[in-house]
Amino acid sequence: MPILTISGLRKSFGTTEVLKGIDLSVSNRELVFIIGPSGSGKSTLLRCINRLEEPTGGGIAFDGVEVTDRSTDLNALRRSMGMVFQSFNLYPHMTALANVTLALRKVLKKSRDEADAIGREALAKVGLSDKTASYPSELSGGQQQRVAIARALALDPKIVLFDEPTSALDPELVGSVLAVMRDLKAGGMTMLVVSHELRFARDAADRVIFMDQGHIVEEGPPSAIFNEPREARTRAFVAGLLR
Amino acid sequence: MEVFLHQFLNFEIMQKVFPLLLKGLWTTLYLCVLVIPLGLAGGLLLALLSLSRRRAVAWTTIALVDLFRAAPPLVLLILLYSGLPFAGIKLTPTAAVCLAFFCNTSSYYGEIYRAGIESVGRGQWEAARSTGLSAPQTLTYVILPQAVRNVLPDLVSNTIEVVKLTSIASVVSFPELLYSADMARSVTLNSSPVVLAAVMYILLLWPLVRLVSRLERQVAAR
Repeated sequence: MPILTISGLRKSFGTTEVLKGIDLSVSNRELVFIIGPSGSGKSTLLRCINRLEEPTGGGIAFDGVEVTDRSTDLNALRRSMGMVFQSFNLYPHMTALANVTLALRKVLKKSRDEADAIGREALAKVGLSDKTASYPSELSGGQQQRVAIARALALDPKIVLFDEPTSALDPELVGSVLAVMRDLKAGGMTMLVVSHELRFARDAADRVIFMDQGHIVEEGPPSAIFNEPREARTRAFVAGLLR
Repeated sequence: MEVFLHQFLNFEIMQKVFPLLLKGLWTTLYLCVLVIPLGLAGGLLLALLSLSRRRAVAWTTIALVDLFRAAPPLVLLILLYSGLPFAGIKLTPTAAVCLAFFCNTSSYYGEIYRAGIESVGRGQWEAARSTGLSAPQTLTYVILPQAVRNVLPDLVSNTIEVVKLTSIASVVSFPELLYSADMARSVTLNSSPVVLAAVMYILLLWPLVRLVSRLERQVAAR
């Protein structure tokens, strides 16, 4: 039983159609990797799932709720879908702990003590127990991204959407973020990841989706997509990445 | 030279009118306490309305803000105080001053807030909304604290201008600092009270001017 089912999803910006009918389902505890050239619509797909972008057509069902329904409580929905951004988007005027606990206190109405306890636990999970009082400007990119992951985890989401989580990082900092994602996978978290980290995809992904020009061109287990892609476009893209 | 000193720096007269001017200074401060919070609150409202997704709301707000920024505040005040009675509406001096200042200063504060809100990246909105915060919560806890911090020097600068602008209340016989000084001048036939008033304004505003410079340096250093 999939937790997320996307059917015929379309999205246009003005006259440009970015998503041209996407069908995709994600099962519980699955790690699905989305690869593809820039402009293929990967990020837009991710952003449609929690409706940071408003889909133009098609349907998204998440955990029994129709995401695109007008009656859907968007704020409740978003709480159960964590999102991690390429540029971290931490609140610069708040400490790491305050970044993680803001939604706990204001959305879930938890007391400060209770929220702080959950927040510390989330920061411990990403290996930043000693940085709770640090401001984002005092942290490295890798640490900032881990705080952002902790912010998503603190709300106990049923899925986490990663939008190129390591693309803005210096190469030597990528490993720390991927390690956290590996831990999450081991803990059974459902994850949908847009990324170019092929080695990580090979090791950790259950399934790889190749997107191009608004379509899903090919999907399958990592070994199939990377070693023996069926489609010429996939072959060309994968060859380019491995070079 | 002696004539000049007698006319502008006559300490005897200054001493005599000092209590009157001090009262005027208090009235000026009272006026500030009235119009500055009003302008800050109105400005925030105008900024939010001008950023509304409903085009009609945004455009109406922008047109109003433009109008009140272009209209000279003195003209506005005279119209409200001396013009409205012809339409059967008689405002007290305080009400006229508050209304004129509200229109003028909230338009200026509004533009500053708007620049501040626009200076905060879209990613901040998205991050906050993705954790389930509502739009008002996102504004309150994430966007506005950063927006205000980014434009704090401009907000304080504008506040200095507002304090100076309170002197136009003198045209509706509001006994603030300039009105008191001018009255003292016409009674003593000497300009020293006006000089004393200027000194009072400078002493009041100089710390704020220093503050702006410091804030500007802090913002530049970030």
